[in-house]
Amino acid sequence: MSLIEKAMSHDTGSAEPLLSVQGLSTHLGSASRPVRAVDEVSFEIHRGETFVLLGESGCGKSMIALSIMRLLPPSGRLVAGNVLLEGQSLCALSEAEMRAERGGRVGMIFQEPMTSLNPVMSVGQQVAEAVRLHDPDHHGRVNDRVVELFRSVGIPDPERRAGEYPHQLSGGMKQRVMIAMALAGRPEVLIADEPTTALDVTIQAQVLDVLRNLQRETGMAILLITHDLGVVAEMADRVGVMYAGQLVEVNKVKDFFSHPMHPYSRKLFQSMPTAEKRDRGLDVIPGIVPALDQPFECCRFAERCELAQDACREAQPPWHGELRQGYRCVLGPEQDRDIDAAGLVALDATRAAGAELLLVNDLKVHFPIHKGVLRRVVGHVRAVDGVDLRIPAGLTVALVGESGCGKTTVGKAILQLIRPTAGQVLFDGNDLRRTRGAALRRLRREFQIIFQDPASAMNPRMLVEDIVAEGLVAQGLGGSRSDRRAIVEQLLEQVGIRSNAADRYPHEFSGGQRQRIAIARALALKPRLIICDEPTSALDVSVQAQVLNLLKELQSDLGLAYLFITHNIAVVAYLADEVAVMYLGRIVEYGVVDEVLGSPLHPYTVALLSAVPVADPAHQREVIKLQGDMPSPIDPPSGCYFHPRCPRAMSVCRSHYPPMVELESGQRVACWLEVPEERHPSDVQATSD
Amino acid sequence: MSFQPVILWTDALVYLLLLLIAVTIWHTRRHEHLLQPWRRVSASRTGQAALVVLLFYVIIGLLDTLHFNPRVDPGAPGDAVYSTEVLSVFDVIAGPLRTERETTYSAPFATHLFSKKTVYRPDGSAVREYPRLRYGGSHLDEHGNGKLADIVAKGALGALQGALVWLVLLLVLCLMQPARLLRLLSGRTPTPWHVGAWTALVVVAVFAALWELSEHYHILGTGKVGEDVFFQALKSIRTGLIIGTLTTLVMLPAALLLGIMAGYFRGWVDDVIQYLYTTLNSIPGVLLIAAAILMMQIYMSNHAEQFSSLTERADLRLLFLCLILGVTSWTSLCRLLRGEALKLRELDYVVAARAFGVADFRILLRHVLPNVMHIVLITIVLDFSGLVLAEAVLSYINIGVDPATNSWGNMINGARLELAREPVVWWSLIAAFGFMFTLVLAANLFSDVVRDAFDPRLRQQR
Repeated sequence: MSLIEKAMSHDTGSAEPLLSVQGLSTHLGSASRPVRAVDEVSFEIHRGETFVLLGESGCGKSMIALSIMRLLPPSGRLVAGNVLLEGQSLCALSEAEMRAERGGRVGMIFQEPMTSLNPVMSVGQQVAEAVRLHDPDHHGRVNDRVVELFRSVGIPDPERRAGEYPHQLSGGMKQRVMIAMALAGRPEVLIADEPTTALDVTIQAQVLDVLRNLQRETGMAILLITHDLGVVAEMADRVGVMYAGQLVEVNKVKDFFSHPMHPYSRKLFQSMPTAEKRDRGLDVIPGIVPALDQPFECCRFAERCELAQDACREAQPPWHGELRQGYRCVLGPEQDRDIDAAGLVALDATRAAGAELLLVNDLKVHFPIHKGVLRRVVGHVRAVDGVDLRIPAGLTVALVGESGCGKTTVGKAILQLIRPTAGQVLFDGNDLRRTRGAALRRLRREFQIIFQDPASAMNPRMLVEDIVAEGLVAQGLGGSRSDRRAIVEQLLEQVGIRSNAADRYPHEFSGGQRQRIAIARALALKPRLIICDEPTSALDVSVQAQVLNLLKELQSDLGLAYLFITHNIAVVAYLADEVAVMYLGRIVEYGVVDEVLGSPLHPYTVALLSAVPVADPAHQREVIKLQGDMPSPIDPPSGCYFHPRCPRAMSVCRSHYPPMVELESGQRVACWLEVPEERHPSDVQATSD
Repeated sequence: MSFQPVILWTDALVYLLLLLIAVTIWHTRRHEHLLQPWRRVSASRTGQAALVVLLFYVIIGLLDTLHFNPRVDPGAPGDAVYSTEVLSVFDVIAGPLRTERETTYSAPFATHLFSKKTVYRPDGSAVREYPRLRYGGSHLDEHGNGKLADIVAKGALGALQGALVWLVLLLVLCLMQPARLLRLLSGRTPTPWHVGAWTALVVVAVFAALWELSEHYHILGTGKVGEDVFFQALKSIRTGLIIGTLTTLVMLPAALLLGIMAGYFRGWVDDVIQYLYTTLNSIPGVLLIAAAILMMQIYMSNHAEQFSSLTERADLRLLFLCLILGVTSWTSLCRLLRGEALKLRELDYVVAARAFGVADFRILLRHVLPNVMHIVLITIVLDFSGLVLAEAVLSYINIGVDPATNSWGNMINGARLELAREPVVWWSLIAAFGFMFTLVLAANLFSDVVRDAFDPRLRQQR
């Protein structure tokens, strides 16, 4: 199917839809008090169309996919509704017939490619299995078909790759294998459940590209499930917004981004961090998603909606518009729904750089690799290989990079949670690497850490009071038990948690609240530096906004310095003052946030920024595709670590690591492109290629 | 005083164990997250029924643990003289069961001995016949007529008494409010307490019926020297429970400390501990136990003067058996805990604690230990039944408890030779088997429930 046909197919709304979901309701758990995971959801997808289900965690979007595939967990059941594939009901099929449809006309790929492949079978065999089951045309020529499939999903050297095992492939490659497997039955509908969430942005760009190309070639319909507005803008033709088990809005992607209809959709956009919102707080959605184990008599967003009226709390809101474009709200299409953003705190954006707080010189962390009976050291994992950082008091420095580049290790090495192999970590003039025992323990009150996953960052068997007071006890501060209690209550108040929370356990709180408690704990010792290790990656957009606001307020109130470790460029743009971009254990570019993000110089930064999906379908951008994956830090490439993937590599890059060059703007780059040619090493010929 | 309390070594450890359990219960009651899995246990019907049976065993075992020396001539003036014989409260309650001995084997509910004997009549003639038992069925006539009716009547009477006791007990538990009792028994409480209550009725009624009968008959027959097998089997309960619980108590500190230290500290500490338990694991367990028990035996026979009574000696041997079983069985728990600690030390909250400058030992105590306790509990309960069975096997091959100690293993060992007899003396074996089977079955069912309630991975699947 060509592009033109595709474009035609979804303008002609009258055509028979390929997949039609009608009033689907799925319940989980006991019959007496079921969790209504999916509640009367209806939508349809046409051939060649990409329909994206957008929603925060727990809104039931994955349950829809599993209901369509009839792969619900044992406690789940379809209680109402129907799923029609080309007019044929999937719900009426016997289990044996349904097995033929799964992987046949309906293919599915999952979020986690690591666990979706069998580790003891070669990937070729696993795809061949799917081919044998679902592709009768290729009996006898299974291996040819496997190679063909591998080629179609962009796996280089498919003949060799087919014989490899999952552990030999990177995450992006594994996800391609999963896609190849789903394609084996030539599906008409491909259901992709967060296919790129576990992948880095550069790899995500590759995988999304594969999906788009495949759709263009085969004309299949894609049901894509995601929580990322950027992915929606990249991929979708139409988008359905889920909230608390219900579809609250279905819209064409352009209209959705220009005029979202449902108040929840609007709020989602407003709570996204961007560079423009730097000088103020982010808009947040107050409260939390209601529990789904109750029947709803009213609008389920009413509690959190600023436009809620009495009518919202009295009856279920009506559906405006049609199945292919409409929304569920009491507000009519012509009614005004602008939300006043005046209530937001204006923050002082002009922060002067204070005295130098932390200075990191040539930090190295090498993990030895032991082998053999005698556990001899045969090599090193160079997780961090010479990092220089400078964090002034009261500012935020972001450390950006893809997974495996060593950014978390830098954070832990600065805190001496992992002992660095070499280099200097000067905190306020004290060399932490040379400080040990009690002296180091005393110094620890000055710098703290916040983790990515607040659930695992708190001992589930301790009360919030004990968790927050842990540092006070360890440092012998805070006086008596009642004094400590007062401090804890004040800290909780400071992060916006009711102080009666002190007597509860962490599991009683939502993810965002838990992260606030973790922040309160870090603040207990009045640190001057907090290392934030992806503090918002595990959180939904609306909750992320709450945490980012809090971090920003605390910084302006207390003059904290942050080292913000993240892979989320939007958060960097919103929060950071300076950015360091890391690749394979080294910093490749460093500078003020506007300059690095606005005019990146290092080819890696350029590629990284171009791969980030932008939440605006009108925004045309060219993704610079990086070849392959990040090399292993055990055996980094010679010369510049980035040269095997660099589109602008020169011969000098292959033999010499580039020096850090400081430009007039203060931006620093480690790239030969920025080094005047006369300063290139003499043993390399002039760059004629 | 008409008695002098005696605290044997195992008694002391049992008291220590009780104290630990009491502290644990007190601590658990104050912490909601610790209480929750126990709520799940109590919500399980199987768990309740098994727990009632276990409680019954525990009560008998505890009564048998309160030891004392009786006064030789109570009421006599002057300084009290105490017998060297060690009795337990249970012995006193059992009273006639303990003292009423026949001369040799007799079948369950028999009125005559199992083998013929030459009996001299008053007229001087000698006849070979099955002699009448001295105590068993002595209230019946010479030929034991009407035995069946008597058994039924006495059994029913006993069961009725048992039911009454049960009713009174429950009423007391329900604070003397009959309405509450009714609601409980009809299963209208959120927690299925009625399952436990009805199980208790069955247990109490059956036991009371047996008890009533045992005053008039040897309901499980008699052993080689005429001792009551029912009494023997009941006395063996304490031995079984002690082996099952004290062994764990003995091995627990080592397994806990070494396991979490190995996992948390890694490096050379881990190496040393791993080598230690791998080495221990490579020694055949039975041989180690045999060697240790033989050494103990020789020591005890060479230093007989250190033991004031036979009971004390047998008790020490029992304790030693617990110790040596503990030494051979701590490795598997240690390995499990090491693995868990390896996982925990990488968790963010442990890292966060280190970032606060919390000392290592305190991290182990506050962060690692509480988060491995569910594994410890599951292991203890699962190991219990295995250890009870191990005692039986070891006693059977003569390296178990002292032959003078009542234990199911010794009963089986004693019955071993008689199995070759014709007709077979089967009752010792069956009695030991039945008592052991009930205990182990209840323990296994209970441990399944405990594991389901405590294992976080299993919990997520439901």
